[in-house]
Amino acid sequence: MLLEIKNLHAAIDGKEILKGIDLTVNAGETHAIMGPNGSGKSTLASVLAGREEYEVTAGEVLYNGQNLLDMAPEERAAEGVFLAFQYPVEIPGVNTQVFLQAALNGIRKYRGEESLDAMEFMQLMKRKMKVVEIDDSFRRRSVNEGFSGGEKKRFEIFQMALLEPKLGILDETDSGLDIDALKIVANGVNTLKNSETGFVVVTHYQRLLDYIVPDFVHVLSGGRIVRSGGKELALELEAKGYDWIRGDAAEATQ
Amino acid sequence: MSLLKGAGASLEAAKERYLASFAQRDAQGETPWSSKLRQAALDSFAAQGFPSTRNEEWKYTDVRPIAELDAQTASTQGLNGLATGGGQAFNFGELQTHRLVFVNGRMAPQLSQIHELPNGVTLGSLAEHIAGGSELVQEHLGRYAVQTAPSPFTDLNTAFMQDGVFLHVPNGIEIETPIHLLFLSQPGEGATVAYPRNLIIVGASSRVTLIEHYASTHGGEYFTNTVTEIIAGKNANIDHYKLQLESEAAFHVSTTQVQQERDVHFASHMFDFGGRLVRNNSNAVMGGENIECTLNGLYLIDGKQHVDNHTAMDHAQPHCNSYEVYTGVLSGQSRGVFNGKIFVRRDAQKTDAKQSNRNLLLSTDALVNTKPQLEIFADDVRCTHGATIGQLDEDAEFYLRARGISKEDARGLLVYAFANEVLNGVRLEPLRAFLEQQIFTRLAQR
Repeated sequence: MLLEIKNLHAAIDGKEILKGIDLTVNAGETHAIMGPNGSGKSTLASVLAGREEYEVTAGEVLYNGQNLLDMAPEERAAEGVFLAFQYPVEIPGVNTQVFLQAALNGIRKYRGEESLDAMEFMQLMKRKMKVVEIDDSFRRRSVNEGFSGGEKKRFEIFQMALLEPKLGILDETDSGLDIDALKIVANGVNTLKNSETGFVVVTHYQRLLDYIVPDFVHVLSGGRIVRSGGKELALELEAKGYDWIRGDAAEATQ
Repeated sequence: MSLLKGAGASLEAAKERYLASFAQRDAQGETPWSSKLRQAALDSFAAQGFPSTRNEEWKYTDVRPIAELDAQTASTQGLNGLATGGGQAFNFGELQTHRLVFVNGRMAPQLSQIHELPNGVTLGSLAEHIAGGSELVQEHLGRYAVQTAPSPFTDLNTAFMQDGVFLHVPNGIEIETPIHLLFLSQPGEGATVAYPRNLIIVGASSRVTLIEHYASTHGGEYFTNTVTEIIAGKNANIDHYKLQLESEAAFHVSTTQVQQERDVHFASHMFDFGGRLVRNNSNAVMGGENIECTLNGLYLIDGKQHVDNHTAMDHAQPHCNSYEVYTGVLSGQSRGVFNGKIFVRRDAQKTDAKQSNRNLLLSTDALVNTKPQLEIFADDVRCTHGATIGQLDEDAEFYLRARGISKEDARGLLVYAFANEVLNGVRLEPLRAFLEQQIFTRLAQR
C-alpha cells in the first residue's frame, strides 16, 4: 500500500475539520476526491503535505508503511510525496532555477545521491519543460511572482515532473484553468502515472476527470468520506449536485 | 534621575580624558595648518562632548560603552601575525584591486599594492600628503563633513586622525581597477582606537570604484572612528562600497560625506555584518542639477549587536534623483536603528527622492527603530518613503520545504531573497560572491 489513512481527525485553531477519514491508495491507482466547499478537501491535502497549522487530533497516516505524520515537510518530499498547491506561493527574490535546483538536490542529498551539477540540471530541466509546454523565460523569474493563475498551475505540474514523486496530490489544480491549460496539466500527470505511482486528485469539477481518469471517486462532506465509487460517481455528482450527498452526510452523523 | 546624572557624569569624564590625551598625541608629520585644523575640531568637540540619548540624533544609540572604553591609539608599526601578503584572507576572490592596507589606523606599505595608474592620478597615504603640505588636501579636508552634519565623533576624528587614503583623480580619467581600502585591527596591549581618515577627490567625467573595508584579526574590544570625504566633480561616476566586518566586540562610528556637482552618478552600498555598537552617518549633498545618487545598505546582525544608520539626502538643486534602500535582517537580541533624512531645498524643484527601510526580524527579541524624516521646502517634487518590519513568510517557508528544501536552507533562501535587493546593486561580481558567502556563513552560525 502506498498510502493508508486511518480515522484521520484534524483541526485548525481548535476547530475540527476532518472528522475521521479512511482512505487507501495503492500504487498504480488514481483517486479523485470531490465535495462541496468547506468539506475538508484542501485540509486533507495540506495535512498530507505537512502544514504545521493543522493539528492532527486522532488517527494515523502510513506512507509505504512509515508514519507520514512524523515526518517534516521536506522529508515527505524526499520520500516522494508531492503536493500541487491550490494557491502556489509567490516568493519574490528567489530565482526559479535556484529554487528548483535546491529542491532537486535537497531530495537527492536525502536519498544519498550525488547533487546534479549545473549542466546536468539544465539538461534535465529542458527535457521536463517540454512535458508541460512551459516557456524557457520562467527560469529568470522569481518563484511564482507575477505568474498568471494558469502559469502557476502549470509551474506546479512542471515541478512535479521534475521531482518525479511516488505520490502526487493535486489540490484543485484544475480550478480556473481554460481547457488548453487543463489538457497540459492532465498530460503532465498522465506521463507520471505508472504501476509504481499513485495520485490523489482533489477537484471541484468533473471536467478534469475526463482527462485524468480516476480509478476511484470519493465524496467528502462534513469532514468525512460519505460515498465512494468508480469514475461514474463523478458524473452522477455533476448531474445531481451535492445536495443528495449532504443528506447522506447528515444521516451518517446521526 | 540619578541614573541620568550618572550617565552625564560618565560622558563628562570620558570627554575630559579625551581632551587630556590630545596634548599627548603623536604630532609627527603635523604642519601648522593641520595642527590648527585639529585644535579647532577639538574645541568643537569640547563644546559638545559625547552625545547622550537625550540628543535626538542619538536617541536610540547609547554611546557610553564607546566613551567609557579606555582605548589608546596603537603606537607600534609591528604587524604581529600579519606577515607580508598575510592580508590575502581579506581579498575578494580573484578581484584585482589597488590595495591600501592600514593596520590600527596606520598605513602598512608591506601589505599594500598599488598597480600602475593613469597619468596624473594620486593614490597614497593622506598623512604623507598632509605632511607634504598638499594644497588640494588643505582646500578640501574637513570642509564638508563638519558642515553638513556636525558630530562630536567627526570632530574627534579630525582632532586625532591618523592616516587613510588620499585619492585625487584629475578630469576625464577612468580608473578601471577598483581601489580596496582595508582597515585592519590587530590586538594591542590594551584596547585600541583607530582614526582612519580618507579624502577622495574625483575630477569631472572621471570614474572610480572604491571599497572601504573594516575588519580585524582578533575578536577583542576596540574602537574605529572613521571619516571619509568624497568630492565628485561634474559628471563623475563613483561606486562606493563600505564593508563593516569588525569583530563582534568592536565599536565602529563612521561618517561618509559626499559632495556632488552636476550630472554626477554616485552609488554607495554599505554592509554591516560586524561590530557590537555601530553608528554610520552617511550624508550626500546634491549641489548641482541632474544628479543620480544612491545610498543603499544592508545590516545582518545577531546577538547583542547594535547597528544605527543615519542617512541624509540633501537635494540642494533641481532635477536630481535619489534612491535609498536600507534592509535589515536581525536575530538574537540585536537592534537596528534607521533614520533617513531627505532635505529638499527651496530651489530643488523636480526632485525625485525614494526611500525605503525594510526589516526582517528572525527572533522575538530583536528590535528595530526606524524613522523617515522629510523636510521639503520646494513644491514641485516627488518624495516617497516606506518602512516595514516583519517576520519570514511562513507560507513561503512551507512551500520551499514541501519541495524538499530543508528548513535551514529554506530560511537561508528567503533571507537571501530579502537581502537581494541591496546585493543586486553590487556591480563587482567577485565582491557580490564574497558578500553572499558572508551572509550564508553568518546565517548558518545562528
